[in-house]
Amino acid sequence: MAIFLSADSKVLVQGITGSEGTKHTRRMVASGTQVVGGVNPRKAGSDVDGIPVFATVAEARDQTGADVTVVFVPPAFAKGAVVEAIDARIPLAVVITEGIPVHDSAWFWAYSQQQGGSTRILGPNCPGLISPGRSNAGIIPASIAPNPGRIGLVSKSGTLTYQMMYELRDFGFSTAIGIGGDPVIGTTHIDALEAFEADPETDAIVMIGEIGGDAEERAADFIARSVSKPVVGYVAGFTAPEGKTMGHAGAIVSGSSGTAAAKQEALEAAGVQVGRTPSATAALMREIMSSRTASSL
Amino acid sequence: MDLMEYQAKELFAQHGVPVLPGETVDTAEAARGVAERIGKPVVVKAQVKTGGRGKAGGVKLAGTPDEAVARAGDILGLDIKGHLVRKVLVTEASDIDVEYYVAFLLDRAHRRYLAMASAEGGMEIEQLAVERPEALARIPIDPIGGCDQGTAREIVAAARIPADAADDVAQILQSMWKVLVEEEATLVEINPLCRTPDGRLVALDGKVTLDGNAEFRHPEVFAAYADVVSDDDLEGRARKKGLNYVKLDGSVGIIGNGAGLVMSTLDVVAYAGEQHGGVKPANFLDIGGGASAQVMADGLAIILSDPDVRSVFVNVFGGITSCDAVANGIVQALAILEQGGDGAGGTPRIPLVVRLDGNNVEEGRRILHEAAHPLVLVVDTMDGAAAKAAELASGAADGQA
Repeated sequence: MAIFLSADSKVLVQGITGSEGTKHTRRMVASGTQVVGGVNPRKAGSDVDGIPVFATVAEARDQTGADVTVVFVPPAFAKGAVVEAIDARIPLAVVITEGIPVHDSAWFWAYSQQQGGSTRILGPNCPGLISPGRSNAGIIPASIAPNPGRIGLVSKSGTLTYQMMYELRDFGFSTAIGIGGDPVIGTTHIDALEAFEADPETDAIVMIGEIGGDAEERAADFIARSVSKPVVGYVAGFTAPEGKTMGHAGAIVSGSSGTAAAKQEALEAAGVQVGRTPSATAALMREIMSSRTASSL
Repeated sequence: MDLMEYQAKELFAQHGVPVLPGETVDTAEAARGVAERIGKPVVVKAQVKTGGRGKAGGVKLAGTPDEAVARAGDILGLDIKGHLVRKVLVTEASDIDVEYYVAFLLDRAHRRYLAMASAEGGMEIEQLAVERPEALARIPIDPIGGCDQGTAREIVAAARIPADAADDVAQILQSMWKVLVEEEATLVEINPLCRTPDGRLVALDGKVTLDGNAEFRHPEVFAAYADVVSDDDLEGRARKKGLNYVKLDGSVGIIGNGAGLVMSTLDVVAYAGEQHGGVKPANFLDIGGGASAQVMADGLAIILSDPDVRSVFVNVFGGITSCDAVANGIVQALAILEQGGDGAGGTPRIPLVVRLDGNNVEEGRRILHEAAHPLVLVVDTMDGAAAKAAELASGAADGQA
């Protein structure tokens, strides 16, 4: 099962012929992903390591049955690439590209909704998602935590995703999903929490947030109402000053809104145990998973 | 990128939002000519990217050109909440009949835009939103549909703008929408939008925030409005090197990879610092995935030229990057700095605590151990390394005292 991505997923790569696209296509294939095709209108008919390159997403979908696309297209062309994926009704578009203008992201999100929401957008500016041992759509290094397990992980940050996967690699993950640090993103913490709650292969959930916006507060509301599985949380950015963008375009405290303290408070009020550091957060999850293992013996 | 008032007004004027005539000057004497050209009483306004200018003495009325020179002299050089006033806007003073509030902004939570408007402008909008929320209209704007005439009229009606100003305000809203879309802004705000006794509407003050990710489509605007970079401006120097750096007020320099991990590193150092007399992080610096020797050297050069820095914490998780490449980067960066090629003020003397984990970590640590650089200390865990860096910063501070 896992969420959003399974062993059966057939993955396209938009921008497969670029250096990042080619590098990560090879990594995805090496970690067991079915990469069935790539898209580049100027290089249609060629191939990358035997993976056929098509002119359009629609053609690639018709020829391969692809149901996931991973977008590595540069910022100036990313909007067009995502629109193409939406028009081709690809169920999941994973947008890795960093630096997409927010007007473009807001536009393609609105377009996906206008077209009936048949394409789930993950990102932009995200590392993608991995269901270890099954499939890997994006740039998360599979070697960090190669074995499938029963923890679900959702995070705004790529490197904190990697850090947390590493800390908990002996337990393993059903799916780890990086939703990205831009102000406007497709899939949210709530979408992932809802899917993990419904996934019979996920026992407990790690949620990693950071300053900016109110997505964590809304996720806390959702957890209080609709999540029965244990959730541990971590929030980065307690020391971030107001009005400064901390790396991620969306990571900014404006006035009194978007602070880490407010997010932690909201999560704790929803019954989420929040760790003070990534390692402390991993330790909270270890306790939960160890007691579950012990009680099932 | 937040714009100053005069920059916002330049964009307003280009897109048909009415503003009063004015010019910026950076010397007091230059205010005379502007006031003479305007030929009426003027307002002299500090140009800084922060609110509360009026209360800080940064906005003054001047009845004559001589007074304009005097007021400009008062205001230039003021420090307003840490922002040095280098420029003032000298602009026509206006009689005010009524003040409105109008804004468009990105609504992150709903992934669309939001129009906010009120017939009760002038006060801080956060205050209005709390004290009289019913007086602040909020109308969602679809990114595809945009703000056409019908939407503009809807906003005006919801804000209860009086009928005799409704058409003009609706027109201004459409012009503001053009600023938002064509300049790729995430905030376009006029506060106050003022109605003069003779019935004209003008934007008396404005805020615009441009999307930094859209710079490639608006290179001239970004070049024209970029902040002046002085040599002691570490953020400006870092930006020129393409580094993602934010100066903070502590003494532990931070280098890491990935925005989330670096934010987390700052927090972990601050926690550790509580045990060491309140030592805090000195900066945010995300060197991204590559972590090449040159990027590491550029980053270290910036951090080591910060006079407040007493220790440095290099925190890298090797995901895609491999730890041996990072370790080599650190060793080579120190060599580059020791050759003095990077303007960091000669040989580094500040201790570096390095924590590497993840991809090829054993090889990375082996390289650092083998290099045995006297300033480099390798600690295996993030929390442990943060504690060491905080301890070294507090000890170094004591030693220098």
